[in-house]
Amino acid sequence: MKKKRMLLILGLLALLTLAAAPFIGITPVSLDDVLHPSGGSTGAVVFWHIRVPRALTAFLAGSGLALGGMAFQALFRNPLATPFTLGVSGGAAFGAALYMRLGLAFALLGIPGGTWAAFAGAALVIGLVYALTRARGGFATPTLLLAGVALSFFLSSMILALQYSASLHDSFRLVRWLMGGLGMVGYDAVLNLLPLVVTGAIILLMLTNELNLLSVGEDLAASRGLDVPRTKKLLFFAVSFMVGGIVAVCGPIGFVGMMAPHICRLLAGSDHRNLFPATLLFGGMFLTACDVVARVLFAPAEIPVGVITAMIGGPFFLYLLLRRDTGRLFQ
Amino acid sequence: MTVAAYAVEHLNVALDGRKIVEDVSFTIEPGTSMAVIGPNGAGKSTLVKCLLRLLPATSGRVRLFGKEIARYNRRALARVAGYVPQAGEGNMPFTVEEFVLMARYPYLGAFSHFTDTDRRVAQDAMAHADVASLAKRMLYTLSGGERQKVYIAAALAQRPLVMLLDEATAFLDYRHQVEILELTEKLRHETGMTVIAVTHDLNQGLTRYDHVLALKEGAVAYWGPPRGLLEAGRLEQIYDTPFRFHEDPGTGAVYVMPGERQP
Repeated sequence: MKKKRMLLILGLLALLTLAAAPFIGITPVSLDDVLHPSGGSTGAVVFWHIRVPRALTAFLAGSGLALGGMAFQALFRNPLATPFTLGVSGGAAFGAALYMRLGLAFALLGIPGGTWAAFAGAALVIGLVYALTRARGGFATPTLLLAGVALSFFLSSMILALQYSASLHDSFRLVRWLMGGLGMVGYDAVLNLLPLVVTGAIILLMLTNELNLLSVGEDLAASRGLDVPRTKKLLFFAVSFMVGGIVAVCGPIGFVGMMAPHICRLLAGSDHRNLFPATLLFGGMFLTACDVVARVLFAPAEIPVGVITAMIGGPFFLYLLLRRDTGRLFQ
Repeated sequence: MTVAAYAVEHLNVALDGRKIVEDVSFTIEPGTSMAVIGPNGAGKSTLVKCLLRLLPATSGRVRLFGKEIARYNRRALARVAGYVPQAGEGNMPFTVEEFVLMARYPYLGAFSHFTDTDRRVAQDAMAHADVASLAKRMLYTLSGGERQKVYIAAALAQRPLVMLLDEATAFLDYRHQVEILELTEKLRHETGMTVIAVTHDLNQGLTRYDHVLALKEGAVAYWGPPRGLLEAGRLEQIYDTPFRFHEDPGTGAVYVMPGERQP
């Protein structure tokens, strides 16, 4: 019952954050502006055409990244293993950067080409990670994490090479995007993200019992009747789908996927039936709040939200790494 | 004629090209028990994992109640065979109750929820394994012996016909060893469950089980009733070290202990 109340409080806080975020910023917004969206006032335009879609995008991206992190943490039984730390975001970023650099512009099934390119990059890295978990009985998670670091370095050097060879204008655009920003989003970003995050979230929601079993170990999970290889493939697919789409729109925003589910484990416990809604709400709320901070901290200048999450996430990563019982939570 | 719980014929398992289990055959009737003994690295754990299809066999047949284990789907297999690995350091962030309820997974439909029946079976299993009082505790706050009993409770919640224990009493103090042995024996008598247990304790194998399977370098070194192990030279041949035998004057039971190696 304590956990149910915790979820209720999280839900209310998330709603509050989402509702408050569009009111905060250097352009003041009056209640009159809000009530007359097509009134033509600056406040109305800023509120309805800039800040509302931006807050929605931040919430969706935050939820999706946090859920992706939650799935990977359970899968690898380590709070440091997330799509970002294993190089999946880097893969998606490389795919999207390549698309931008090549000056491609197409859409397929209503999904923009940049998103497809990011999927492909994310899927490639996930495939590699999956192969590493299968090769010769699988590598230990620390090895995978180190491989993720190496892969991330490799991919960022590839992105740097792309950027170096690009024009000044393209190069600037790439850099801004790579820092992870929500600066240029409108309702089309919301509409791009919505189906991806909703699909990914529904798949994960249907797999909460499976995630619980995976987080106690693969042999034990299999002995309880879980089809481990099939479940892993489904999880990898759902996560690369979701993370790829988010990276294509917002750039690689790091550490949300690590912090949000870990904090939620402390709040709501490790049972994924509670952890799933907690992580969804907290992740969305967290990134929305980070984006507000990114907008107002050095106003009128705006820093990319990825810089804020990394500034919080870096120390958090170290804290998890150095904490004596991190391994005890998952092993 | 009854169908054997396990019927294993010419089972071979190789990992990375190295033979771990070699030409193992045995049959065990429902409701009986079998100890798997042998030196370190003899392939005992590999055999158990293969019986649960956690590892693939290279060749040979494993039939569980008359049906090839390869033809069971995972959930059906989990409803017939329960696995109790060494609980060791595995510290999962779940409460005892959550962990035991999770073992009801093979009875869930796809994407459905645990029912009141699942909850009741989980409660029963915890009561049986004498861990009901620990229900709300986190697994990693338990002692090794308590955690091992929780693992047994979870396997019980699967309502299996066969229970496979892999060194479930290793590294436990005497009280917990005895508790776990008595628990498995009680279950066997009350539910007619078949028990297969890997153990390093020869005296357990001699006194508590109907059959003993001794492995050496992956092959069967002995298969039969426990007293057959007492034949001169047999244990020496399995373990490559001398043994001494002691008869309990009260019960007549024979106990073994390792003797001194000749200089």
